[in-house]
Amino acid sequence: MKKILIIFGHPRFENSKVHSSLIEAASSLENITIQDLYEQYPNFNINVAHQQQLLLEHDVVILQHPVYWYSCPPIIKQWIDLVLSYGWAYGVGGNKLEGKLMCNVVSTGGSTTAYTKEGSHQHTLLEFFLPFKQTAKLCKLTYLPPFAIQGSHRLIETKLQDIGLQYQQILKMLQNDDINTSSDFTNVTLLNELLKSI
Amino acid sequence: MEHSFLFQALVFLIAAVLCVPIAKKLGMGSVLGYLIAGIILGPFVLGFIGAEGEDILHASEFGVVMLLFIIGLELDPKEFWGLRKAILGFGSLQVFGTSLLLFLCFLYFFNWSVNVSITVSLSMALSSTAIILQTLKEKGISNTIPGQASFSILIFQDIMVIPILAVLPLLAIPGVAPPTTNHTLISGLPGYAQTFVVFGVIGLVYAVTRFVVTPMLNLIVKVNLKEVFVAAALTIVIGVSYAMTLVGLSPALGAFLAGIVLATTEYRHSLESTIEPFKGLLLGLFFIAVGSTINFGIIGSKPVEVISIVLGVMIVKGIVLFAIGKLFKMTFKNNILTALLLSQVGEFAFVLLNFSTTLHIVDKTTFDLLMAVTAISMVITPMLLVVYEIVQKFTLKNVEIPKQKPDEIHSKHDVILIGFGHFGSTIGRFLRANGISATILDSDPDRVTMLRKMGFNVYFGDGTDVDLLFAAGAEKAKYLIATVDPPSVNQQIITLVKKHFPHLEIIARAKNRYDAYELLDMGIESIYRETLYTAVHLAVDVLAKLGMRAYTAERKGQDFITFDEAAMKKLAKDRHDTKQYILSVREQIELQEKLLSEDLHFTLTQHDNAWDSEPLIKNAQPKQR
Repeated sequence: MKKILIIFGHPRFENSKVHSSLIEAASSLENITIQDLYEQYPNFNINVAHQQQLLLEHDVVILQHPVYWYSCPPIIKQWIDLVLSYGWAYGVGGNKLEGKLMCNVVSTGGSTTAYTKEGSHQHTLLEFFLPFKQTAKLCKLTYLPPFAIQGSHRLIETKLQDIGLQYQQILKMLQNDDINTSSDFTNVTLLNELLKSI
Repeated sequence: MEHSFLFQALVFLIAAVLCVPIAKKLGMGSVLGYLIAGIILGPFVLGFIGAEGEDILHASEFGVVMLLFIIGLELDPKEFWGLRKAILGFGSLQVFGTSLLLFLCFLYFFNWSVNVSITVSLSMALSSTAIILQTLKEKGISNTIPGQASFSILIFQDIMVIPILAVLPLLAIPGVAPPTTNHTLISGLPGYAQTFVVFGVIGLVYAVTRFVVTPMLNLIVKVNLKEVFVAAALTIVIGVSYAMTLVGLSPALGAFLAGIVLATTEYRHSLESTIEPFKGLLLGLFFIAVGSTINFGIIGSKPVEVISIVLGVMIVKGIVLFAIGKLFKMTFKNNILTALLLSQVGEFAFVLLNFSTTLHIVDKTTFDLLMAVTAISMVITPMLLVVYEIVQKFTLKNVEIPKQKPDEIHSKHDVILIGFGHFGSTIGRFLRANGISATILDSDPDRVTMLRKMGFNVYFGDGTDVDLLFAAGAEKAKYLIATVDPPSVNQQIITLVKKHFPHLEIIARAKNRYDAYELLDMGIESIYRETLYTAVHLAVDVLAKLGMRAYTAERKGQDFITFDEAAMKKLAKDRHDTKQYILSVREQIELQEKLLSEDLHFTLTQHDNAWDSEPLIKNAQPKQR
């Protein structure tokens, strides 16, 4: 079973029902480690050694966050800047993450249709996440399409439970290698689509 | 039997010291222990206390006076306001419902006159504040639903004593000239005038406490002599009681009023902790006296009447309480417990019946009978509770897990802040700005007065006093912030807190590194050195002034704090076994030296790697060659 490291960043977690359900769902599974960055490093002073050690101990890295201005909140970027260091994650001798998986688990205010060519944002999430994808590639990680909870402002209570269950399903698929082996994951723009086909 | 004072005191104390621990060991609570001690000492078993039992009862009624003073003090007007619905709802239904039912019983089954029935039913409707509050406290169920319900009803009953006392003179049979042995200032006046005087006196108590006693306390506190404060506290209680007895009113009532008025002042907690030991002793004495005055003679001569009244009264009270509980949708178990708790006749019956005897409403025989009834019902309650607990043990499955919903009133005071000087006040202000109102203790009267004017929840007192900590709610609080200067006092407070309230998480201010070592040795984990953060902050700004980028300096500052805290813990361990607070100069230098050599490890912060392109450039260069 693969071990999953969730790097989680939300500056107003206390107000987020979506991420509360997601975190709650994830923490009930085994072999999952959650790093609540805003809680652990309120002054952005991320403990690099500790984070790198965690990366070594896990097989899958999930960046979980709300989407702000088509990207992640600053502490996730800080984490990327500090932890994925030269000579360790990339560059000469930087091969510590080779072969691991990475993906973003995000929430967006806009609906799924808004993130299409025809929609108001004109691009898919996967397109917006090109920097993450390329970061993963440079670190020799396999980048998967994002798992997204969209239209988060209009979600109703009952839906929140489903979200948690879906997330658990995705996490289990990752742990059991179901996604990596399936050949069609490269054809989807969101992991959610994979979920429906099962 | 005539005994010397010392002998009597010795007998009482031995009885209390022997019986109370045994009773507690058997799970009966101290009240029953005292009562049994009283019965054993009384004329019907050992005979150590004879007729003087009643004198002792009167003398020790003062314990009830003090209890009511303390209850008054504890009645924060805000808390009082929060409970207003429960008090009015539960309380009025209980008092009026019980009185009415008892009235009908006395009228029809005992053929008493209307006036006697009214008087007796009102007296019997009230429960024993002393027994119930003591029991709630001992069993630690004050904050449960039955506890709160009982408390609400008791408060209403306490308040009802005022109108009852005022109304009683109106029930006195006119024309029967009382041969007053117990002459009071108002006993010659007609009924309506007495009623008027009663209300006048209550107003007077309020005014005097507010405008004379409080300024007096301000002066006394400045003298800063503990025993003068104790004397002042006793003066208040005894003074009010004396004033009340002058006009033939219940001293307990006066004390209760004085307590409520003083509850809004900063001396609330210190008064409470000063009176508490006196109250405890006298209340114990009171219970012993109650036990000793149980007239087994009357029980022997009129067994049917005594037993039927005891059972009748307790059953009626229980049924009314149970019905009210049902009405307020309490669970069966909570309901039963509340009904059991409040089913006895209280010490107010002694006061009210005494008063009505002097008014010639109730005759001596009936009075004796009712006194026996009251005392017996008081003995039965703790026994019923023992039975209740045994039954509960056998039906463990039915035990309700207390709802984890924290009590609104108390959750606001999760934090106790000791010391409100420059350091503590900053903490208090910041917490308050974020909606946390800590319970604050400070020992500077001027500052306390000023801060109270500003609306802070500050109390006057020294944190080195366990009773005061109890009064401040240390049992219920979660965190205690100790910010007192000098450190020796702060450490004294922390030692005390660790001993008496091990559940409290202590967050301590440390004056400096040495102080921090002491605190580390005491097992405190949350230590905040006042010299560390400010000094580093200053140094960070100096680096910035010297041209270092502000963010870089800031990061280095944060790293340095982390590093220094780790170094402190490390050095604290291999420090010499110098237990004294002040280290010798040589040792201080040694320590500085060690620290400085530790600092050599702190040259490059972990983050300097992150945005450093040096290695990238180095690697890029060979390729360009």
